[in-house]
Amino acid sequence: MNIMNLLFNLINGISLGSVYAIIALGYTMVYGIAKMLNFAHGDVIMVGAYICFFTMSRLSSLFEPGSLAAMAVPSLAGVVLAMIVCTVLGVVIERLAYKPLRQAPSLAVLITAIGVSYFLQNSALLLWGSEPRIFTSVVGSGSIQLFDGQLTITYTSIVTMLTCVVIMVVLTLFTSGTKMGKAMRACSEDKGAAMLMGIDVNRTISMTFAIGSALAAIAGALLCSTYPTLMPTTGSLPGIRAFTAAVFGGIGSIPGAMLGGILLGLIETFTKSYITTNLYDAVVFGVLIVVLLVKPTGLLGKQIREKV
Amino acid sequence: MLKVQDINVYYGAIHAIKDISFDVNDGEIVTLIGANGAGKSTTLQTISGLLRSTTGSIEFMGKSLAGVPPFQVVAHGLAHVPEGRRVFLQMTVEENLEMGAFTRPASEVADSLADVYKRFPRLEERRRQIAGTLSGGEQQMLAMGRALMSKPRLLMLDEPSMGLAPILVEQIFDIIKELNHAGVTILLVEQNAQMALSVAHRGYVLETGKIVATGTGAELLNDEAVKKAYLGG
Repeated sequence: MNIMNLLFNLINGISLGSVYAIIALGYTMVYGIAKMLNFAHGDVIMVGAYICFFTMSRLSSLFEPGSLAAMAVPSLAGVVLAMIVCTVLGVVIERLAYKPLRQAPSLAVLITAIGVSYFLQNSALLLWGSEPRIFTSVVGSGSIQLFDGQLTITYTSIVTMLTCVVIMVVLTLFTSGTKMGKAMRACSEDKGAAMLMGIDVNRTISMTFAIGSALAAIAGALLCSTYPTLMPTTGSLPGIRAFTAAVFGGIGSIPGAMLGGILLGLIETFTKSYITTNLYDAVVFGVLIVVLLVKPTGLLGKQIREKV
Repeated sequence: MLKVQDINVYYGAIHAIKDISFDVNDGEIVTLIGANGAGKSTTLQTISGLLRSTTGSIEFMGKSLAGVPPFQVVAHGLAHVPEGRRVFLQMTVEENLEMGAFTRPASEVADSLADVYKRFPRLEERRRQIAGTLSGGEQQMLAMGRALMSKPRLLMLDEPSMGLAPILVEQIFDIIKELNHAGVTILLVEQNAQMALSVAHRGYVLETGKIVATGTGAELLNDEAVKKAYLGG
């Protein structure tokens, strides 16, 4: 194994892991507050990617090919529109499907989430058909060459990693520094006590779904920029892997989702390159099982100690 | 100030509160005492809107609380320190206090924070500490300080002495008296009837969801039936 190859895989792994991390953030934030696994989250990613795809293909013909506007405007508009649509979609899903089940057993909520997931996939199938669309990267297909061309890093990878860092920083500042962010943490710990403080728990849950879904739209655009085949089932596997990442890092923990996502991306990339391309899911889930056996709360999961 | 009239509360098929009526006047300390399961906490939770009464009315400062969602009750000037303290264990002491002031304008928070720190210097020493690392007594102080951050007219305390060493219980009751002197009306739920009746102006005795006796603190302390049932002879 040569060093350039290793570096190349490292960068690709972190880049793929960044996408998983952004998806995992949605899982983990919703779990932290609503105490439910939103299995439809992966399909919100797919919807975001479709919205971005259609916006970009509609707009790109309006600009002179090769101009700066042709590169920037359709991509930006696509991502922003996808974020808006997914935010609304996430809030509506919560309101219609999950909110009526607030007092229901968690199994009922889980089954509903799986139902919503199938509903979204099949709606996409009806609306947009089953033939794959070829997604153009939101950051263009360029790349930079390092070490006399021995190492190639695509713009997509760079932007993906940067986006992930920015999201992490913004979310950390939001949850630790703003009133609404702190209220979110209070709700995730004790909804009854949060209500007694005057916090509108329902509104806080809606907001969490909104943030998670907006992140899903970004993840969708970035995911399809790296793996350009877009189909109604595009979101489901990355969604499940990102869920694994969230559990891996410690579900409910924001830094945990980040760490779990990146590790998962690295494990997947290295397994594909150095072991086998067929068994990477087995390796990923195998690692998850081992981690959960050793540390059931995940890598950064919090053990809550209560004092009486 | 608070007028509770003929409320009935059910947990599924269990009739937890049966036709309870009582009132709390401005400036008073009123206590609800009774055994475990008598319906004391249920009563407070119903006033806060966490549970709903099927009948009757709850009026606070002349306004009905019927149908007011729990998160809006605190803005009416009614703060509730729940049983078991329920501080946010993973948040810092100061963040807990900030949450207590959630309904108040940002410009007033600093003043209230200074007031609470003056009353509870221990909390100021530990302001950056995670609440889960505090002792039980400190957590009770934090829960009370957090409630005071909303500048309540009426403070409802649910078992503030629960699980605390006797010396801390005395401290907590001293604080309750001080708060009352400072103008906060108090509705106190306690299993420690001796302590509660000795600080309260008036008290109500609850038994299996019903009020069975009422009187001033001193009257109830000397009542033979109350003595026998709740004061150990």
